[in-house]
Amino acid sequence: MKILVPVKRVVDANIKVRVKADGTGVETQNVKMSMNPFCEIAVEQAIRLKEAGKATEIIAVSCGVAQSQETLRTALAMGADRGILVETDVALEPLAIAKLLKAVVEKEQPGLVILGKQAIDNDCNQTGQMLAALLGWPQGTFISKLEMGDGSAEVTREIDGGLEVIKIKLPAIVTVDLRLNEPRYASLPNIMKAKKKPIETLKPDALGVDVNPRVVTLKVVEPPKRNAGVKVPDVKTLVEKLRNEAKVI
Amino acid sequence: MNFEPSASQRDIRALAERVCAPFDDSYWLKRDEDGIFPHDFHRAVADAGLLGVAMPESVGGAGLGISEAAVLMRAIAESGAGMAGASSVHMNIFGLQPVVVFGTDEQKTRFLPPLIRGEEKACFAVTEPDAGLNTTEIKTRAERKGDRYVITGQKIWISTAQVADRALILARTTPLDEVVKKTHGLSLFYAKLDRAKVEARAIRKMGRHAVDSNMLFFDGLEVPAEDRVGEEGAGFKMLLHGLNPERILIAAEAVGLGMVALKRATDYAKQRVVFGRPIGQNQGIQHPLARCWMNLEAADLMTLKAAALYDAGKECGAEANTAKFLAAEAAFTACETAIQTHGGMGYSAEFHVERYLRESFIPRIAPISPQMIMNHIAEKVLGLPKSY
Ligand SMILES: Cc1cc2nc3c(=O)[nH]c(=O)nc-3n(C[C@H](O)[C@H](O)[C@H](O)COP(=O)(O)OP(=O)(O)OC[C@H]3O[C@@H](n4cnc5c(N)ncnc54)[C@H](O)[C@@H]3O)c2cc1C
Ligand SMILES: Cc1cc2nc3c(=O)[nH]c(=O)nc-3n(C[C@H](O)[C@H](O)[C@H](O)COP(=O)(O)OP(=O)(O)OC[C@H]3O[C@@H](n4cnc5c(N)ncnc54)[C@H](O)[C@@H]3O)c2cc1C
Repeated sequence: MKILVPVKRVVDANIKVRVKADGTGVETQNVKMSMNPFCEIAVEQAIRLKEAGKATEIIAVSCGVAQSQETLRTALAMGADRGILVETDVALEPLAIAKLLKAVVEKEQPGLVILGKQAIDNDCNQTGQMLAALLGWPQGTFISKLEMGDGSAEVTREIDGGLEVIKIKLPAIVTVDLRLNEPRYASLPNIMKAKKKPIETLKPDALGVDVNPRVVTLKVVEPPKRNAGVKVPDVKTLVEKLRNEAKVI
Repeated sequence: MNFEPSASQRDIRALAERVCAPFDDSYWLKRDEDGIFPHDFHRAVADAGLLGVAMPESVGGAGLGISEAAVLMRAIAESGAGMAGASSVHMNIFGLQPVVVFGTDEQKTRFLPPLIRGEEKACFAVTEPDAGLNTTEIKTRAERKGDRYVITGQKIWISTAQVADRALILARTTPLDEVVKKTHGLSLFYAKLDRAKVEARAIRKMGRHAVDSNMLFFDGLEVPAEDRVGEEGAGFKMLLHGLNPERILIAAEAVGLGMVALKRATDYAKQRVVFGRPIGQNQGIQHPLARCWMNLEAADLMTLKAAALYDAGKECGAEANTAKFLAAEAAFTACETAIQTHGGMGYSAEFHVERYLRESFIPRIAPISPQMIMNHIAEKVLGLPKSY
């Protein structure tokens, strides 16, 4: 069984994001970019399945600018077998990505697609679900456990107030949550080997997908500055402050 | 000229940061207090495949150059591991360069893979008490007896000899009065440290307590001839081959040490409030820190220039020596400034900068002193008469 793992290039999780002066978006020039942490978990899960003999090939795919090659290289260094870059300079929205992934899925025929539950840049949490809908495949979202069965998979979902265990038929889409696994990092020999693994570049046009944005961003602003908290000596002062300063009671 | 780090350099920096992250400040503080060798750190670096960064791919290395090794060593020191972390792997990363360049294929496959996998550790035994920087005057003898050599003599300052399995030893095979040139008659051996014939006595020293440096006494250590590296008598020439890379890596380590000291000082200066404002708002604090950054950055550029020349197979003696000199001095000043910036807290072990200062003397003294570098530059670059 082939596994397809879409991976996204985002501003590194440790970087403090800054809004561009003109308010059109966030600064990505000269900023460290990395693989979306949820995608790392997805790649890790695919590798574990392959190591356990449950998968034969792992294909990492990224949609976006040419530099997304670097993100694919990271996936290849971790253990993916080959990469596909769907290259475009258009700022892609979840629906466009889902359509592109659908085209790649139809081409590659994987038995399982593992995605991150969301990307830490725009927190959309839509791509996996949209892809499942477009393909008409079963989906298991926010998973913290994955057991492969015969022609099906049992997944544990993190839902409000608890865990839900469901069985889905393969081929299927799963989106992974934080607690699924602890992703490995690539060793130097594997980073070197990854440089020789193949990456195929495709264009949205060739896949017959219109990726033009449908949403117009009006402006992006910094969150309001939060003032430091204050300590109050007793309940009486607290109530007084809540009433007179915060005006919430 | 290109000042952008290469993709490999970026990868190595990122990987080194991840490998070093679990070994935090309290880890290195503890190792400095208990003096225990950071075996687990060495293991982690080996497991990430980083020990083989500059080793050929044919023996399991990454086949990259000294430029990449320099990025790695800077990142290790800069993580807060300082010279203790750097020295715990330093020798294993570049020290066997003479084997890489002059060893037979059989030696390469026997010596290098266990080193890269971190199963064996190596030390580097050159310095002697009675020769000092005048290496051709070393007294340690290796006498040929049939298919083996017997080594007798004494070495000093040999780092990691307590934990090393093997040592790259420079010894005289032809007595000084029988050679035409003083640089002849020296040979290199990569010998098993048979503890029955080699005593390593740790030296009580100023800093880097986790990584030992020793007096070594060789009392008839037998070394099979197949462990001699290169031709007999050509050891000095082979040693020279490794000198420039070693200086480049020490320079990179010094830059890393200086940068972490500077970072701690800057962070402290931002948050420490005296006289109603952060001390970092005073030029008396700002200017020395700014100067430290400029010196370190310049030293880093010289280090990367020397490394790029070396990797391109070009002459880099002046640049490697200059990098070592500038980086060591910049690191020392950064550590000193970091202590002063911290006021009383700088003198406390728990703020880490006093440890860095004690370590910053190592790149100043070893493997070559600043005076000898100036002698070299004066003679070779400026064309002044040789002074030593
Ligand atoms: C922590 C540490 C670890 C070390 N690890 C190793 C190791 O693993 N392996 C190894 O082989 N060695 C090691 N060394 C040794 C190191 O390389 C030597 O200490 C260094 O080469 C200096 O030699 P020396 O100590 O004999 O100084 P000396 O040669 O005695 O010099 C003393 C002083 O005199 C000055 N001087 C000497 N000649 C001249 C001249 N002609 N003109 C001007 N000034 C001069 C020097 O600059 C220096 O300041 C280590 C040293 C230290 C401190
Ligand atoms: C070993 C040791 C023993 C000690 N023993 C005693 C003792 O027995 N009794 C006792 O009372 N104290 C003792 N001290 C404390 C010592 O007197 C203080 O550390 C010292 O006064 C500096 O104060 P600080 O550490 O709070 O530095 P800070 O006031 O925090 O200053 C930090 C840095 O900021 C600089 N700075 C601050 N303001 C300005 C400014 N406006 N312009 C420019 N630079 C500025 C300072 O020069 C310093 O470099 C001891 C300290 C040490 C290290």
